[in-house]
Amino acid sequence: MDKTVNQKAWFLVLPVFLVVAFSAVLPLMTVVNYSMQDTFGNNQFFWNGVGWFKELLDPSTDLGGRFLASLGRNLFFSLVILAIEVPLGIVVALSMPRDGWTVAACLVILALPLLIPWNVVGTIWQIFGRPDIGLLGYVLNAAGIDYNYVSNDIDAWVTVIVMDVWHWTSLVALLCYAGLKSIPEAYYQAAQIDGASRWAVFKAIQLPKMNRVLLIAVLLRFMDSFMIYTEPFVVTGGGPGNSTTFVSIELVKIALGQFDLGKAAALSLVYNLIILIVCWIFYTVMTNAGAERKPQEGAA
Amino acid sequence: MHSIPGRRLIMGLFLIFLLLPIYWLVNMSFKTNSEIVSTMTLWPHTPTLQHYKRIFTDESWYSGYINSLEYVVLNTIISISVALPAAYAFSRYRFLGDKHLFFWLLSNRMAPAAVYALPFFNLYSAIGLFDTPWAVALAHCIFNVPLAVWILEGFVSGVPREIDETAFLDGYSFPRFFIKILVPLIASGIGVAAFFCFMFSWVELLLARTLTSVSAKPIAAIMTRTVSASGMDWGLLAAAGVLTIIPGALVIWFVRNYIARGFALGRV
Repeated sequence: MDKTVNQKAWFLVLPVFLVVAFSAVLPLMTVVNYSMQDTFGNNQFFWNGVGWFKELLDPSTDLGGRFLASLGRNLFFSLVILAIEVPLGIVVALSMPRDGWTVAACLVILALPLLIPWNVVGTIWQIFGRPDIGLLGYVLNAAGIDYNYVSNDIDAWVTVIVMDVWHWTSLVALLCYAGLKSIPEAYYQAAQIDGASRWAVFKAIQLPKMNRVLLIAVLLRFMDSFMIYTEPFVVTGGGPGNSTTFVSIELVKIALGQFDLGKAAALSLVYNLIILIVCWIFYTVMTNAGAERKPQEGAA
Repeated sequence: MHSIPGRRLIMGLFLIFLLLPIYWLVNMSFKTNSEIVSTMTLWPHTPTLQHYKRIFTDESWYSGYINSLEYVVLNTIISISVALPAAYAFSRYRFLGDKHLFFWLLSNRMAPAAVYALPFFNLYSAIGLFDTPWAVALAHCIFNVPLAVWILEGFVSGVPREIDETAFLDGYSFPRFFIKILVPLIASGIGVAAFFCFMFSWVELLLARTLTSVSAKPIAAIMTRTVSASGMDWGLLAAAGVLTIIPGALVIWFVRNYIARGFALGRV
């Protein structure tokens, strides 16, 4: 289906353009402005050029050290949760009941964690993991495992990761389920006639059909975990020490805690740039995957 | 659809994993604070409604729910109404800069809220919207509008182009075609998009908290403040948490049949 060229379509896009420009471009200009200046309060600003950016990328300074450390933690976190959530989500999607009321029930329960406000997600796990009043913490400690996410780095990390798996695996599962649902029954019948094994069916039919939704899942999960703020903030407050301080937490600390506008703005821009680049890579891969698929669909 | 061996067991275990922390929250919301602190009980031995009663009678608590719902609904309406025509344009036409514009929109969905917290604060203070539901509703547009465009574009593309052409041949004007024919055809898509706008606006806290102080404070922010002020009132916190889950659960129930397709952003 070829699209027609029509410049008047801009009128249809204009409202979106205005709304998003108002809430994205204007604030971004403020950020760029701040990032070049230093402030000593009282609304007095001084020109600082690219000073903040230099400091930000130099690990020997306080700002740079904090930024790069939190960036490293954040990347590690994103990779770990992707490594857990994507396979687990696929397995859960493949385990969905075939039909009947159980499908609706499973879908609703799966979607439930996605609709809980993020700070409540934090609160749930804060309570659940506490050794004194939480089921998880209590059971672990009763079983002889010394678990305390407030004082132990590793426990804090495990808690934050399990919380994210709890919170977001459903998203991957629902996406994969949508992909699986779109496979025509005839494919499976053909596979059965050919005597294909379960694994072969998965590799040759189900996985290729899930390609696109998996890309969306990985994209969304990477981006959202890369800008995670509320949940770990509520559970660990970035601690113990700085062990679970991710980039957004560091940024809010600098911007709204210390009111270091220049530093915070410079950090924001670099942070945004990283996200933009990753986003662009994903977008290109996705649109190319779509372009490759189209001729096949036309032939079929 | 073919599933894997042991699927009932896997699904069962996963659902238990999902429900157990929620159960614990519900469980705690019905306990008295002395029971919470003193003993480990799997269900409330002296069940009480005192925490819920407090929330429903204390205005500083229940107004939070009203404030939250207010900006969530506003945001959903704004997002859907501006996204609909744009989705149609992206789906049907090529125009100057369309691909770049689409990517730019998408990139805003991915921008970290923490980056925008401070500039939004300045912007909305400057134009006098600070501490109103409008500020939060507009701020949430930054991620909800692109998402709505993305989802709706998928659904509009599912409508055969011949329908447009027939309608125009029949003498329908563009606005009339849009409202009378297109909107009913993609009603389920609009439902899904609205669900997503509702969801992301409802769960977001950082911007909502930064852009409000007293009169438009969302429930999520009230929860954090009250907890730190009163020491740890675990029962009250749990009850407030349970009440924030309910609107989401209701919304899911209504869209359960479209959820899967919606999560794939209308692109399966």
